[in-house]
Amino acid sequence: MDRLNKNREPFLRIAKRTDITPFRVYATRIIAVLLSLVVSGIFIFAVTKLNPVDVYKSLFAGAFGTKRRFWVTIRDTMMLLCIALGLAPAFKMRFWNIGAEGQVLIGGIVTAGLMRSLGSSLPLPVLLVLMAAGSFLGGAVWGAIPAFFKAFWNANETLFTLMMNYVAIQLTSYCVALWENPFGSNSVGIINQKTKAGWFPAIFGQQNTLNVIIVLLLTVAMFLYLKSSKQGFEIAVVGSSEKTARYVGINVKAVMIRTVALSGAICGIAGFIAVAGASHTISTSTAGGQGFTAIIVAWLAKFNPFIMVVISLLLVSLQKGATQIASQFNLNDYASSVITGIILFFILGSEFFIRFRLIVRGKKENSKGGAKA
Amino acid sequence: MITAVQISQLLQSAIVFGTVIMFGALGEILTQKSGNLNLGVPGIMYLGGIAGLATAYAYEGSTENPNGFVAVLLSFGAAFLASALGGLLYSFLTITLRANQNVTGLTLTIFGNGLANFFGGILNQIAGGVGQVSVRTTSDAYRRAITHNISMGHIGSVFFSYGFMAYLAIVIAIVLFVFLNRTRMGLNLRAVGENPATADAAGINVTRYKYLATCIGAGITGLGGLYYTMDYIKGTWTTDGTIEALGWLAVALVIFATWRPLNAIWGAYLFGLLYWTYLYIPGLTRSSQELFKMLPYIVTIVVLLFVSMRKKREDQPPASLGLSYFREER
Repeated sequence: MDRLNKNREPFLRIAKRTDITPFRVYATRIIAVLLSLVVSGIFIFAVTKLNPVDVYKSLFAGAFGTKRRFWVTIRDTMMLLCIALGLAPAFKMRFWNIGAEGQVLIGGIVTAGLMRSLGSSLPLPVLLVLMAAGSFLGGAVWGAIPAFFKAFWNANETLFTLMMNYVAIQLTSYCVALWENPFGSNSVGIINQKTKAGWFPAIFGQQNTLNVIIVLLLTVAMFLYLKSSKQGFEIAVVGSSEKTARYVGINVKAVMIRTVALSGAICGIAGFIAVAGASHTISTSTAGGQGFTAIIVAWLAKFNPFIMVVISLLLVSLQKGATQIASQFNLNDYASSVITGIILFFILGSEFFIRFRLIVRGKKENSKGGAKA
Repeated sequence: MITAVQISQLLQSAIVFGTVIMFGALGEILTQKSGNLNLGVPGIMYLGGIAGLATAYAYEGSTENPNGFVAVLLSFGAAFLASALGGLLYSFLTITLRANQNVTGLTLTIFGNGLANFFGGILNQIAGGVGQVSVRTTSDAYRRAITHNISMGHIGSVFFSYGFMAYLAIVIAIVLFVFLNRTRMGLNLRAVGENPATADAAGINVTRYKYLATCIGAGITGLGGLYYTMDYIKGTWTTDGTIEALGWLAVALVIFATWRPLNAIWGAYLFGLLYWTYLYIPGLTRSSQELFKMLPYIVTIVVLLFVSMRKKREDQPPASLGLSYFREER
């Protein structure tokens, strides 16, 4: 396919699509998701011998079968979505923030620290605001450090933010060892278990309502920020061409640091939600790899917050479903990572058929088609 | 006071630790030299580890008297193959389908982590419970010191007390150095990583180079996972996520070594030293030990900053690292 063959046309050629209808874009993606579901089904069938229809029934029941499961699915979707929202502005600027995992942990550490130290002395609303502000700042600083060095010395941000994850993980281990409760357990335990100080209050009788409210508000805000604000416009310009940005008088360095600080800050908020609104404890697995999954969510949604909602929900409900099936069959949770991987591979592969078309030898150059799979 | 025995022990644990990440980093150097930033290193190491373990387990279960040599051969081959397949998947998505490299690599990490721990869990279950799977014969064969019948002092054991894979890593590093700097194919590969369009115009088959470098690189990376399961944790499996942490450390080592295979040798041992130093510093509490384990990452960040501030051309990453190549796009 590579060395130019002078005698004949190659069997398959690839050309960039110039026009593609939104319908076709979504059709391609839906086909990819369906295919990935088939392959995941085969995987589950292979290890459990559950018949294929039951596989999907159990997947659904695992994610939404009971009220409790439903809310756990929703809660974790909100967590993943929140991180993806945070990553969106950085990615739109073509800044590869791989450090969400660390930024979430920093937010979590700040929240847990405040919860432990001030839990008994402040009224709940004040404490919540304080924790939110603290984790926002913590995440912002954690994101701004690599951005600063990228802006001034062009230090590779992918690798820098990646390293910052592990610095944050060790910092978390440090705090866990420091705050250990009970002594010798190597975990912080549930913070303020008796008083529930600093926990998200139940709203409408539901413990996780506040998680949903915060993240959905963030979703709308992020959509507007990226689409209609001046800063959102600056991000888009810097992302498409730094030279253009400089030419029109945008301060690229400032925009870069500000944007990544914001990105880290929202990831910090995700840490706040994870600790105060879900687990009420802190450990190195508080972020639990969601920081990495969220990167893929943000990328696949092409930075559109509303599409992120859909992708997050899809991924988390499949993970929950798979976990449920795994525990039914006495298998381990990692089945859900396998399935996440399969789905993401398919969606990633499907992008090709959106961006390019295949031309089979002998066909007309400008024929509309292009094979699908 | 630190005694000679302690120093000898520290050096030995540093070298064993370093060998795991050296394999990971060497494979990734080869991959990155072709312009592919494969963030699937942890996933690939997982694949190598589980494939080696599962094969050894199946072999040991299938015969009365398992032969160490055969077991090594089978598990080594399986680990290399499984990891190379991981690389192939990555290559297909990023080179042929031109998917984003960062995202594809991260997905491979999630997938490899999931697959390996899933089947590792099943192996443990078959063997009777958590941490039960064990491939004694194979692991012993991997761990047999190459000069086990010579009596060694402290100095001797620092150099000669390891299984064959510790030396294999050094050999691979040297071969890689010669390949990348002294052979035409190696220079072609570097041209592909620096500027694929120019390489293409010069008649180099960009796709083939990228595919081969990524798959073979993944195979080498996977050997790190194999060494970890067979030697470091003695032929068992735990789902504690250590391989993932080591995998990212291997990526760090690539930067630390500024993409040079020979630097990766001493860099790996230095990371090992930094990682284990906390055991030998008196008066550390359990919490401050954790801070010490940050050292390899901090050092990598410092090197990254140093390299980017100094802007020396030889120290930079391959110019087209992370970008997919589409010939018709100019």
